[in-house]
Amino acid sequence: MNIEEVKKYYGEMLRIRRFEEEAARLYTERKIGGFLHLYIGQEAVAVGAVAAIDLKKDYVISAYRCHGHYLACGGSVRAGFAELLGKETGCAKGRGGSMHFYDVNLHYYGGWGIVGAHVPVAAGMAYALKYRNSGGVVICFIGDGAVNIGPFFEGMSLAALWGLPLVVIIENNYYAMGTPLHKTAPVEDLSIRALGFPVARDTADGFDVFAVKEVVARAVERARSKNQTTLIDVKCYRYRGHSMADPGTYRTKEEIEEKKRNDCILKLERYLDMNGYGDVIEEIKSKIENEIQQGLQEALNDPFPAVETAEKFAYVED
Amino acid sequence: MAVIQIREAIRDAIAEEMRKDDSVILLGEEVGEYDGAYKCSRGLLKEFGPHRVIDTPICENGFAGLGIGMAFLGLRPIVEFMTFNFSLIAIDQIINTAAKARLMSGGQLKCPIVFRGAGGAAKQLAAQHSNSFEHFYSYTPGLFVVAPSTPYDMKGLLKTCIRDDNPICFFESELTYSLKGEVPETEYYIPLGVGDIKKEGKDVTLISWSKNVHLALRVAEELQKDNIDAEVVDIRTLKPLDTQLIYDSVRKTNRCVVIQEQHEIASFGSYLAFIIQRDCFDYLDAPVEVVSSLEVPMPYSFVLEEYVFPSVERCKEAVYKVCYL
Repeated sequence: MNIEEVKKYYGEMLRIRRFEEEAARLYTERKIGGFLHLYIGQEAVAVGAVAAIDLKKDYVISAYRCHGHYLACGGSVRAGFAELLGKETGCAKGRGGSMHFYDVNLHYYGGWGIVGAHVPVAAGMAYALKYRNSGGVVICFIGDGAVNIGPFFEGMSLAALWGLPLVVIIENNYYAMGTPLHKTAPVEDLSIRALGFPVARDTADGFDVFAVKEVVARAVERARSKNQTTLIDVKCYRYRGHSMADPGTYRTKEEIEEKKRNDCILKLERYLDMNGYGDVIEEIKSKIENEIQQGLQEALNDPFPAVETAEKFAYVED
Repeated sequence: MAVIQIREAIRDAIAEEMRKDDSVILLGEEVGEYDGAYKCSRGLLKEFGPHRVIDTPICENGFAGLGIGMAFLGLRPIVEFMTFNFSLIAIDQIINTAAKARLMSGGQLKCPIVFRGAGGAAKQLAAQHSNSFEHFYSYTPGLFVVAPSTPYDMKGLLKTCIRDDNPICFFESELTYSLKGEVPETEYYIPLGVGDIKKEGKDVTLISWSKNVHLALRVAEELQKDNIDAEVVDIRTLKPLDTQLIYDSVRKTNRCVVIQEQHEIASFGSYLAFIIQRDCFDYLDAPVEVVSSLEVPMPYSFVLEEYVFPSVERCKEAVYKVCYL
């Protein structure tokens, strides 16, 4: 493992985790409304995948558990917290909320709340990139709960038919809300769904940021050079409930503790520690903590949108 | 002026915009090899090639969503639904993705897309193929809704819609694709939100859109036998709506009948009746009447179908009612 990469991904994953922990706190303090779906435990998936692309020409789109993807693309901590708090300075100007983060300048295209519906949208973005010969690729994150709904199949089959530069990553965290995988699919490896379209398929260990990066990089290369679509099953696990409203009665404490032993961040932290980079860990931690606390403070002090602007953004105005 | 069919006006509008701008793309079932299920894209595949005139498999949600993704990255797709009956398969994409993208992203995303196709019933296509859904889309903030009635309006409005940056539902009609009318040889655009008086009159205002404008014109003609001089208002765009044109007409005639193919409950016509009574109350000599399809899924037999539709007779009765005749 390249030590610079280890440091980089460790920091990026920690940044997401600390953001989510603070978000959870804000939620219990009732400063955040609506749903809050935390990404804690799955950080290696977003960070590993984004590490495999070039955001100058590639694009990312994801579902409603979207904070991690937004941050991995370089999204601002302050604009993220501000969005959760419903502030005008939020990454969607307080109009989107937790499930609808966007930063178009960073090529992060949301943040979508209807399960599976953004798969055809991702295919359309890939069509546009191919049409313009841009050499760009679209990365589309979905959950394991999305592989049984119509739009997933329709989007995948169009991508296969027209050879679109698209990589669809199933973040298979074993639960569609509280329903375990074995009750929603007859197989554990959901990449098998790729066979019918057909598109290329692969699997990756979502607890290992390097493994994710490697598998996604291969898929991106196929997309870029051969306009081939890939479906990847990434096994991962969320430590927190489906949303903050979820007490998690459908799984045991032991199961969660066992998964945590394989934690993607701790793994890199141990590696750094064993290789004599203890001081680097502290350095990264304190840098991240400063960014998180400063972003949070700024967001808390930021203004709410003026109520007179409530109808703004319904239409494109001339 | 050339005299052309509505299907040709649609084809010409698309072709002109495609020639001007290579970001304009047409996709849908049968739009290419078959020249369009109703021949509205005749010759376009040959002229623009398969990357711009895209035959899709039968998957309305898929290709509607795909069009939206294209629009996010700067293309201007025209998504054809063979008929709007099948837009229900894609309604989540239209309402939850296209219409809301701009608001949810705080103004970052733009979705310049036209969803077009035949709306309403044709002849004896039975219940699943005879729906009139303008109100679903008019109800949704973030969408514009257009439903013209003549070749001239169809061409000028479709060209405007293709160039507009908002998602738009554009309703045509299976029964009027062959209808002919004059269209200028020179290029023109008709702005959204501007209705049109299709016949001037002083005694009663008949309001309609899409193919029922022609029904309203027939009704107006019949009413002349009763010495009733009806004005026919074609709203042309449901959203944005030219309320001024409607109100000016109603304030002149003091009586109003809305003619629509929709069912009455929660329909666009009942909304029109509401705003007219709210904003023109002092000018009205009678409550606004709305003539609609009967409250039943469309039966097949032609005798039943004709009875369910708004008819000349039912429209005339409504006019007599608002005239206290």
